[in-house]
Amino acid sequence: MTGGEELSAAGRGAVWWHRLRALICVLVGLYLVAPLVIVLIISFSSAPFLSFPPPGLSLQWYDNLFGNPVWLRSLITSIEILVPTSILATLLGTAAAYGLARSRLPAAAAIQGFLMAPVVVPVIITAAGIFGFFRHIGLNGTLPGLILAHTVLTVPYVVATVGAALSVVDARLEDAARTLGASPLVCFRRITLPLILPAVLSGLLFAMVTSFDELIVSLFISTPRVRPVTVQMWSNIRGDVDPTIAAIATLLFGFSLLALLADHLARRRSAGGAR
Amino acid sequence: MSRSPSPGSTRNRGAMAEGILEIEGLRKQYGPVVAVDGVDLSLKTGEFVTFLGPSGSGKTTTLQIIAGLQSASAGHIRLNGQAIDPLPPHQRNIGVVFQHYALFPHMSIARNIAFPLEMRRVPAAEIRRRVEEALALVGLEGYGQRHPRQLSGGQQQRVALARALVFRPPLLLMDEPLGALDKQLREQMQLEISRLHRELGASIVYVTHDQEEALVMSDRIAVFNHGRIEQIGASEELYERPRSRFVAGFLGESNFFEGRVEALQGELCRIASPAGPLLARRNGDLAVGDPTVVAVRPERLCLLDGSAAGGGGEPENRLEGRVQEVVYLGLSRKYLLRLADGQEVVVRQQAQDAERSGLGPGDLVRLGWRAANANALEVAAGSDEADGKETGQ
Amino acid sequence: MQGSLKPGGYGLLVLPACALLLVFFAYPVFWLLLRSISEPHWGFANFQVLYERSIYLKVLLNTVVISLLVTLCCAVIGYPLAYTMAHGGPRVRRLLTFVVLVPFWTSILVRTFAWMVILQRQGLINDLLLWLGLTERPLALVYNRTGVLIGMTQILLPFMIFPLYSVMLRIDRSCSWAAATLGAPPLRNFLRIYLPLSLPGLMTGGTLVFIVSLGYFITPALLGGQRDIMIAQLIEQQISNFGNWGLAGALSLVLLAGTALCLALVRRFVGGQAPWGRR
Repeated sequence: MTGGEELSAAGRGAVWWHRLRALICVLVGLYLVAPLVIVLIISFSSAPFLSFPPPGLSLQWYDNLFGNPVWLRSLITSIEILVPTSILATLLGTAAAYGLARSRLPAAAAIQGFLMAPVVVPVIITAAGIFGFFRHIGLNGTLPGLILAHTVLTVPYVVATVGAALSVVDARLEDAARTLGASPLVCFRRITLPLILPAVLSGLLFAMVTSFDELIVSLFISTPRVRPVTVQMWSNIRGDVDPTIAAIATLLFGFSLLALLADHLARRRSAGGAR
Repeated sequence: MSRSPSPGSTRNRGAMAEGILEIEGLRKQYGPVVAVDGVDLSLKTGEFVTFLGPSGSGKTTTLQIIAGLQSASAGHIRLNGQAIDPLPPHQRNIGVVFQHYALFPHMSIARNIAFPLEMRRVPAAEIRRRVEEALALVGLEGYGQRHPRQLSGGQQQRVALARALVFRPPLLLMDEPLGALDKQLREQMQLEISRLHRELGASIVYVTHDQEEALVMSDRIAVFNHGRIEQIGASEELYERPRSRFVAGFLGESNFFEGRVEALQGELCRIASPAGPLLARRNGDLAVGDPTVVAVRPERLCLLDGSAAGGGGEPENRLEGRVQEVVYLGLSRKYLLRLADGQEVVVRQQAQDAERSGLGPGDLVRLGWRAANANALEVAAGSDEADGKETGQ
Repeated sequence: MQGSLKPGGYGLLVLPACALLLVFFAYPVFWLLLRSISEPHWGFANFQVLYERSIYLKVLLNTVVISLLVTLCCAVIGYPLAYTMAHGGPRVRRLLTFVVLVPFWTSILVRTFAWMVILQRQGLINDLLLWLGLTERPLALVYNRTGVLIGMTQILLPFMIFPLYSVMLRIDRSCSWAAATLGAPPLRNFLRIYLPLSLPGLMTGGTLVFIVSLGYFITPALLGGQRDIMIAQLIEQQISNFGNWGLAGALSLVLLAGTALCLALVRRFVGGQAPWGRR
């Protein structure tokens, strides 16, 4: 009898623990996601200030956003930066990851560490350094300057993502292709690239998102003439806040969601194709 | 850049005397580590040679150098009389079957097999025909549209084989291709590979560490040890006439008796050993006074219980020992004996004989063997010490 | 064309990326750090200022305390979530992964802005508390340390969850089962078996959160008050407001040294593997 009671006590404990954990997960999930959802809802508010729940729905803040040439200009600037940045970062990062994975460089670990450094070094330091450097060589407030700086910040993600994918691709597949008559270039195009393509796309997407969201470096090196959307948002947040900011925030959030979705699709395709 | 196999096949017959593959003084060194230490080999057209040896003996490295996947530190390789050392792997036209198949996971079976043909710019219609042929050859008709992960290990193995054969390479290299399969499937595939070898007349270099596999399939076996070929020859020759203690111990099981040559008697020689005087076949360059080791297979030893039924000839060597252990093996029984001088000896007896004798632990028995079945081997200075400890008392 | 035979061929592919980082990352950072001893004139005057002026020391202390608190909050909140992610059913796992990934991919600025809206005096939280009658006057939840902690914990939580999750996935559950059959009651079982096995993930995640916190700028700048300034804000101020590159360089050197020290420590404990995966 006592044994059975003990057992059921333990069982009851397990059930309670299980429920508690479920509750914690729901709360943490809300903590993570709810703020974003609230901003999204406020951006459609009909009220003239940030209030929640909104008294009614309207698109006035989006009208405001797209009607304002300053906001529009900064959005275009952001896109002008992120497109070349993500392409450049993907090319450089993929090449570097492939080089690291397939060559037997004596200092491979050190080089890998160096390529990852922009993620490890606090961005504020990188930003201040680049600002000082660009002031000297006249790249401050220029599109090329912003593109180069953003590429520096995004290359590590591509190197890491593609490198991880390459470490899973069996090097013997390339050996096999070579013995079957494929030259190194053909081998990369026909065998390696298709196998790591999801990771390359993932790196590209992440580079895009990172560039689009980047604030700190841009804050230092942009000028009112060339000003990405995050910097514009930053200068507005610190002044009087109206729901236009919520609208632009929602736009950024939507862009991230789209990228995340695309990344998910790319990975799922690869999971279906490769394994 | 012409990679068509035709010039090779016409030259084949002309170069017959030289052999299809000639390896000369091949060496591979990684820093201070010598992986391959002077390998020479000549492969005749249509021959099946197996590289047998423990892991790290240099057999796979040698194979990879032949395929061009690694560069040699020294030495030369000729295929059909043509030096291929400077050629990158994709221009060597050698078929390779890899250890874990290395099928391209993102391509269907048919695309996998078509790959080498596409690389050689074979017209699409012919590719389709030859892929079908190759699939039929390995018994996988109708599997073309599947993907590698949908196939069992054995089927993937067949695809790898078809892919390496479809472009009709003059030489096929196989690197432990059956290592990942279970025993039953492995035996089935061994027969399959032997059949393909016979039907296609392919020249094959096969790497394995499984001695049984080597015995089943090969025309000749090259036993690798420490980056060198210890001995190369037909299966029977290697088994019955090993030239070194390593070969005798690695290929099958052997009992070893260390001693010194006392006298030469034609083919035979007399040896003084701690177990007593022994008579054995002289294998190699032995002179009176040389240290030697006598190798005898456990199945060549017979237990002489009273009236020995050994009608085929009296065993010249006789010793006495006590049974330590009897291991039941189904077809046969294995006895572990301890001789008077403390050395342990393994004897294998057919099931019927074993039942008749009914020996058990503690019994004192006499054992004997024919001198013709014992090999007195040369002992290389230095190396015998280490090997002796592995197998010895 | 003999690529696979000559490592140099593939090695060359590393060059463009390395060159870019050398010119536009390594050199600028070096240049900045050099300011610490070269401006306004050569010497260690800047470090002396850092050491002697109590406000600077206070900012350093502030930075470390806030980072530690954020790390602790992330560990406490992240652990049960990661556990459920690792050992829940496939649907639970997918849902939670999504819940963690969405904010992870979303701009820090957007997330910080969201907290500004929610935590303000007339914000959602205060409305809720007033309505529930838990408080009579709205609480100051933002522009102070509370706001910084709430915002930073939410933003850095994924850095804790992902390493934890990947370690927990690899934990062999039969260890816990074995411990149970050997007589370990649930809590002891957890403390003696599961927790030690998940420790590498906790260490990696913790270090990651801590390191990122040390150099954090956006969130404390927007959600913190004047008394909660962190080192990154100080660097920005020195450059933008005072043009004091020497002091900014010195502060950067301190921040970088602290970061490197933490990295070195975690490598000692968790072994060579880098604690960062993706952002």
